[in-house]
Amino acid sequence: MVKIIYVEHNGARHEVNVPEGENLMEGALQNNVPGIDGDCGGNAACATCHCYIPAEWEHATGTRSETEDAMIELADTARPNSRLACQITASAALDGLEVHMPATQH
Amino acid sequence: MATQLKDTRHTQSLPQGSVTWPLPPRMRPDLPDHDKATLESYLAAAPLEDVDIADPLWWETDTNHVYFKRLRAEAPVFFTSVNSNRHRGFWNVTRWNDVMAVDTNHQVFSSEAMLGGITLFDMDPDFIMPMFIAMDPPKHDVQRKAVNPIVSGQNLASYEELIRSRTAEVLDGLPRGEAFDWVDRVSIELTSRMLATLFGWPQERRRMLTYWSDVSTADPELPGNPGKEERQGILLGMLQEFTMLWNERVNAEPTGDLVSMLAHNPATRNMPPMEFMGNLVLLIVGGNDTTRNSISGGLYFLNQNPAEYAKLKANHGLVENMVSEIIRYQTPLAHMRRTALQDTVLGGQLIHKGDKVVMWYSSANRDDTVLDNPDAFIIDRPRARQHMAFGFGIHRCVGNRLAELQLKILWEEILKRFDHIEVLDEPERVPSAFVRGYKKMMVRIPA
Repeated sequence: MVKIIYVEHNGARHEVNVPEGENLMEGALQNNVPGIDGDCGGNAACATCHCYIPAEWEHATGTRSETEDAMIELADTARPNSRLACQITASAALDGLEVHMPATQH
Repeated sequence: MATQLKDTRHTQSLPQGSVTWPLPPRMRPDLPDHDKATLESYLAAAPLEDVDIADPLWWETDTNHVYFKRLRAEAPVFFTSVNSNRHRGFWNVTRWNDVMAVDTNHQVFSSEAMLGGITLFDMDPDFIMPMFIAMDPPKHDVQRKAVNPIVSGQNLASYEELIRSRTAEVLDGLPRGEAFDWVDRVSIELTSRMLATLFGWPQERRRMLTYWSDVSTADPELPGNPGKEERQGILLGMLQEFTMLWNERVNAEPTGDLVSMLAHNPATRNMPPMEFMGNLVLLIVGGNDTTRNSISGGLYFLNQNPAEYAKLKANHGLVENMVSEIIRYQTPLAHMRRTALQDTVLGGQLIHKGDKVVMWYSSANRDDTVLDNPDAFIIDRPRARQHMAFGFGIHRCVGNRLAELQLKILWEEILKRFDHIEVLDEPERVPSAFVRGYKKMMVRIPA
């Protein structure tokens, strides 16, 4: 299990255990973490699992794919550290990761 | 997969421009009468290649699902060539995963207006209306971003009270104990008020927006609808009226409505007139035909499924989940179409450059290899948000959150007021393979 801390826009923290190999959108949905919708089911096709990754974790989470980038770039709330949670896979290297969420998903 | 490849020389879309107006007569099965049961038995048994599912007959009678069920099982990526002299021929993409593959591959599957655009029937070649849904990147992206903020989560919060008070007003004005048309009194009324607000359009003339929306999507061949030239004239009239609003707003401080946003954004402020018209049509249809039909559909489905209606009455907390289920079950836009920019393989079929590829969202939303029991309307369905009705990829419905908000508030306000709303007859449906909707649905609220 990998410890992931989902942080809502209002600061509310949800510390959950996500199985290794599971993506972080599923990790949120299966633990009923609010603020992640995952409408497309994990295809980087909708941007409703939009999140921000703190700079110190970027090396561990990797960077956006081309498809992911195209979806993120259409969001008003996009920032340089935006990712889609469904495109990040839980692994030991992510233990303790903080995933920050925008005020709303669109 | 290679062994499944078929030579599709005879199943390619005819070249652009090969279909001329007026369209040749449509081939249609010679059935003694057009009642629903007869049509359904025909679709259940006819050779797949004999059926032109673009024929409005299958949509007005709500029988198309019989054919799509067969396609999903027997030929999930299938070319329709019957009546090619009317629509050039097109690929039907019917399964969830194949639709997802097309929708997320804009590099191969283009939305470009000049190639025909995003509906099964090409845009009229002498009346091309560029609009951002019918553009590819990069132009699509900057134009979409120009209007995106009006329907973003934070902006929607500012509309919530307005939507609720209007919804309350419309519901409080409904008659008790007598039959009335839900489509006109509720579905059209609420969506036209919302649209007028979004455009900064005068509320007293809101039904003009409904009219233009209907004209834009109406089949010019069908009796009662404006013909091709008349349609062009009506839409040019719309352009003229909106140009006056544009001229007022382009030199004024931004007012936060769609016209002002388009007039002030560098990506859209120098649009040629036809492109302004195209984007107006897109935003009007997008905000009107869709939510309108989910408003009607929701009430219809609850009446068809009394146990679900009872579940809702017992637990008002199900509204939000039900809204997603209504949108899936209705799928108010049955399809989006793309044009292949290169030869490609999809579902074992060889698709040629230039082919029309129709993604049937209405079929993908009933794909039982991805969804459990998809033919059932289940208001507490797990993961109801995971449906195909908004499309996926860069062209995903920009107004989806607004649509959900409007429907959520409507059902919350209905439950506060009415113990029951009874649908009296089968609704009359729109004869269109694109707008999957209702023209009329008579209902009664018990006195």
